[in-house]
Amino acid sequence: MTAKHALRFGALGYLALLLLLPVGLVFYRTFEHGFHPAWAAVTNPQAQHALWLTLIIAAIAVPANTLFGVVLAIALVRHRFPGRGLVNAVVDLPLALSPVVVGLALYLLYGTGGWLGGLAGHGIKILFALPGMTLATIFVSLPFVVREVVPVLREIGTDQEQAAETLGAAPFTTFRRITLPAIRWAVGYGVVLTTARAIGEFGAVSIVSGRIEGKTETLPLYVQSQFEGFNTTGAFAACVVLALIALATVLAMRMFRPNDASLAMPFGGRGGSAGTAVLTRFGRRKGYGAESNVVKEEA
Amino acid sequence: MGITVVEVTKKFGDFVALDDVSVAIPEGSLTALLGPSGSGKSTLLRVIAGLEEPDGGQVLLGDDDVTHQPARARGVGMVFQHYAAFKHMTVWENVAFGLKVRKRPKPEIANRVHELLELVQLEGLAKRYPAQLSGGQRQRMALARALAVDPEVLLLDEPFGALDARVRKELRAWLRRLHDEVHVTTIIVTHDQEEAMEVAGQIVVINQGRVEQVGTPRELYDSPANEFVMSFVGPVNKIGDTFVRPRDISLSLEPDGESTEAMVERVVHLGFEVRAELVRDDGQHLLAQLTQEEAQALELERGLIVYVKPSRQTVFTR
Repeated sequence: MTAKHALRFGALGYLALLLLLPVGLVFYRTFEHGFHPAWAAVTNPQAQHALWLTLIIAAIAVPANTLFGVVLAIALVRHRFPGRGLVNAVVDLPLALSPVVVGLALYLLYGTGGWLGGLAGHGIKILFALPGMTLATIFVSLPFVVREVVPVLREIGTDQEQAAETLGAAPFTTFRRITLPAIRWAVGYGVVLTTARAIGEFGAVSIVSGRIEGKTETLPLYVQSQFEGFNTTGAFAACVVLALIALATVLAMRMFRPNDASLAMPFGGRGGSAGTAVLTRFGRRKGYGAESNVVKEEA
Repeated sequence: MGITVVEVTKKFGDFVALDDVSVAIPEGSLTALLGPSGSGKSTLLRVIAGLEEPDGGQVLLGDDDVTHQPARARGVGMVFQHYAAFKHMTVWENVAFGLKVRKRPKPEIANRVHELLELVQLEGLAKRYPAQLSGGQRQRMALARALAVDPEVLLLDEPFGALDARVRKELRAWLRRLHDEVHVTTIIVTHDQEEAMEVAGQIVVINQGRVEQVGTPRELYDSPANEFVMSFVGPVNKIGDTFVRPRDISLSLEPDGESTEAMVERVVHLGFEVRAELVRDDGQHLLAQLTQEEAQALELERGLIVYVKPSRQTVFTR
């Protein structure tokens, strides 16, 4: 066996042991007593409410973070403003912070005695309700779109935007017709990552939700509550639903990561667009048009 | 439309890119902004385009003061060194862009784009994406795109800088012919003196953010205003305080009263032209330019002793 094969089997074995085996076991245990109990476990009202709530939160958090992410990325790359370095650093905070800290921070802010705790007295319920859970989800899934779009914006530079401007395009037209098409793959990829994180979030949401069964319970929280209640079939079945959503997300991610064939055609290596950031991440940077390699002489 | 730049100053932090620059570009002319890297020539072009706002001074297009107008309102066509092609659009869509944002009727757009693609000889490639074009084709597309909106002035920022030498030469000649056809006031930024002389009717030499001299190629070559222009617009020998063009060094095999002895170090044959690198007794290196016939008559070769005499020299008073 050559070293290449050893490497390949090593990598596969590692993945199998650490990822496929445990996830496979969840599937196995779910359908151990047949399909029917599993189906019943995920179609009961409590489980359905949890799924519904999870999707609603994602449906608010993902568009919010997409819009914010694109605007912030443009501000960070194309504009100079005081505090830019600070903003750039703070964007990464949700990645560095444990979600439990995020949950507790929101709890302190909106809880009884918190700075904004008084809102509850005016009938605006944040904690233990949808708004708090959505805020927590937005917080933890905030960096993904920004981090995907920033390197692509840097890569494409300002030439195309300036050319559009000299051709008479107003700033918003330039954004819509030039900038957005150039970053669309990065945005798509960021949306996929944001969605995955929003749907799977446990720690932060767990704290601000209060975990009221059938009211403020998302799917990951439902899994936990079923598990603690010794309803293993219910817990595993909900896990399978989460795993299927994750699978769909990964497939969507593949769609947003153009393969080598698509690099060769229309949007191809065409710097900027497509998977620049993605390819760089996977160490497969290739296929640029000649012009992207040229170092600019004068600013 | 003529362009007038009045006392324009532009700083980037502590760096002075343009220092009190005034230039008048006559209507319908083809003018080159010539200078070394970092001289401020591109900045001046971008100030005229409206892509940079000057810290002081005025920019006039015709009689209109456009100093504070955004680029999109100035009616300029701009071509960038790295093409700035819209990568997600076809050649046709690239050229049509300016007309589409101006909301021109569709048949008019179709006609105009067709006409321009013909002008830049890209008719067959309308459906291609920029990535499927060569550098020269991309730059012609960029030129068609800039011309589509009938600009009052055409601004070219090192347009051929990223192309190989042969394509560059072709495109220069082509640009010259195009300008004869279209007559739009054109400014081309370049650091290549040969390119400037070949293409432009008027050259503005810029160095360290200042205008050193304005004139026709001939005027710059024959009567440079100062040392910088003298050495920038062509090769030059500096002997003490005097400057001699390689063409103005005459060689002979016999000494006369004024000539000095030198040895041939290297002979370079460039077709019709021959360059000889010489070294004098006192260690002074000289470059001489001869025709092939002259070189043959002297039987010029490495190690030959010749007698040199400047037939024409320039001294700048400081």
